Amino acid sequence: MILSLRRVRLPLAHFELEMSFEAQAGATGIFGPSGSGKTTVLELIAGIRRPTAGQIFIDRSVVDDVVGRVHVRSRDRQVGYVPQGESLFPHMTVERNIRFGVRGDDAELFVQRVVEVLEIAPLLPRGVSALSGGEAKRVALARALVTSPRLLLLDEPLSGLDRPLHSRVIEFLIRVRDDLRVPMIYVTHDPAELRQIVFDVIAVDRGNVVGHGPVTEVLP
Amino acid sequence: MIETSDAAIVAFTLRTALISTAIVVPIGLAIAWLLGRFEWRGKALVETLVLLPLVMPPVATGLILLKLFSRRAPFGHLLDRWGIEIVFTWRAVVAAMVVMSLPLFVRAARVALEEVNVRYESVARTLGASEPRVFFSITLPLASRGILGGTVLAFARAIGEFGATIVVAGNIPGRTTTMALAIFDRVQLGKDSEAYRLVAICAVIAFAALWINEAVIRRRSAR
Repeated sequence: MILSLRRVRLPLAHFELEMSFEAQAGATGIFGPSGSGKTTVLELIAGIRRPTAGQIFIDRSVVDDVVGRVHVRSRDRQVGYVPQGESLFPHMTVERNIRFGVRGDDAELFVQRVVEVLEIAPLLPRGVSALSGGEAKRVALARALVTSPRLLLLDEPLSGLDRPLHSRVIEFLIRVRDDLRVPMIYVTHDPAELRQIVFDVIAVDRGNVVGHGPVTEVLP
Repeated sequence: MIETSDAAIVAFTLRTALISTAIVVPIGLAIAWLLGRFEWRGKALVETLVLLPLVMPPVATGLILLKLFSRRAPFGHLLDRWGIEIVFTWRAVVAAMVVMSLPLFVRAARVALEEVNVRYESVARTLGASEPRVFFSITLPLASRGILGGTVLAFARAIGEFGATIVVAGNIPGRTTTMALAIFDRVQLGKDSEAYRLVAICAVIAFAALWINEAVIRRRSAR
């Protein structure tokens, strides 16, 4: 078990999020309509938001426990987060973006491996504004991966990309899943994306889990 | 032709304005950060106090400073015991410049900091960055244009400061006379041509400051 949410609660504008689920290593999808609380769940897991009740465990260690007054800071969670939309630091080159979270010389080999797997070596000297949508997604993915996260959180990673680019980015995500073996939580409102990459799906609506199981059973 | 006395007045004004700006930027940045990013008890009071000199007559602000720094006031008395004299010295000139230019800098810096997308900061934290690193490597560079603009504005305001300065620092030749005070003095004495000479120098300094600001912004945008 790589992730566990136990009765996690957080009041939102139109409803109260209240969720419990567990995710195994590999790729797990969180599926639901827009405004159902998917992004909020990722922000809770990443430590960007604090729950008002419940517990969150990552890789069996507690990162949030409201009763026990535990809240591990974002920087100490070892979670890679790729948010929806632009997230690359616009005042840095691609290389500086990727190396932002790298600590110590030991990580150098892994950085090289990630750069190779995601085919971004030619992009390294470029400025962020010179990247296409697909390139920017790959760089954001690489930046999250080089920190050797225990869990990778992807929020609508294909949004804003043209259809022909979808399969290309999916191909890179499958490499991350299979070659680098990083567990991932993949959030989307598009069932077609999930069928290509995840094994299990958690369906959410208005802040609650309404289905959980293998992709073939849960998705419409 | 710039006369020796003019050069001394210009140098004194530039020196005190630079000291004032060096004080205003870190303090103003901290205030802008606290006002723009956090909710805390007493926030409205601090915000009002910082912005007050913008709406009060500068002479009134000068009177408050005079009261605060006079030897009879607790604060002035404390400084006096430490051997620090403020009223009618160059320090009073700097104090007046700081108080009058701080609100302009805080307003500009606050807007600049609020315009930085918090998503970048959140992502930086998930990448293991500490709060100081997030501030200095993400927030500050992304807000730098607005902060730079605020710095130039604060410097220009300090150069032109008059009302508060004349009350708290007086107009003592060779000790507290700034360009603005000297212009007023010369007009009062009917020395119009000497006054206009300083006006021209003021205009050149203001133009240079704004031009450098624009040039830096253009260079940053082009990167």
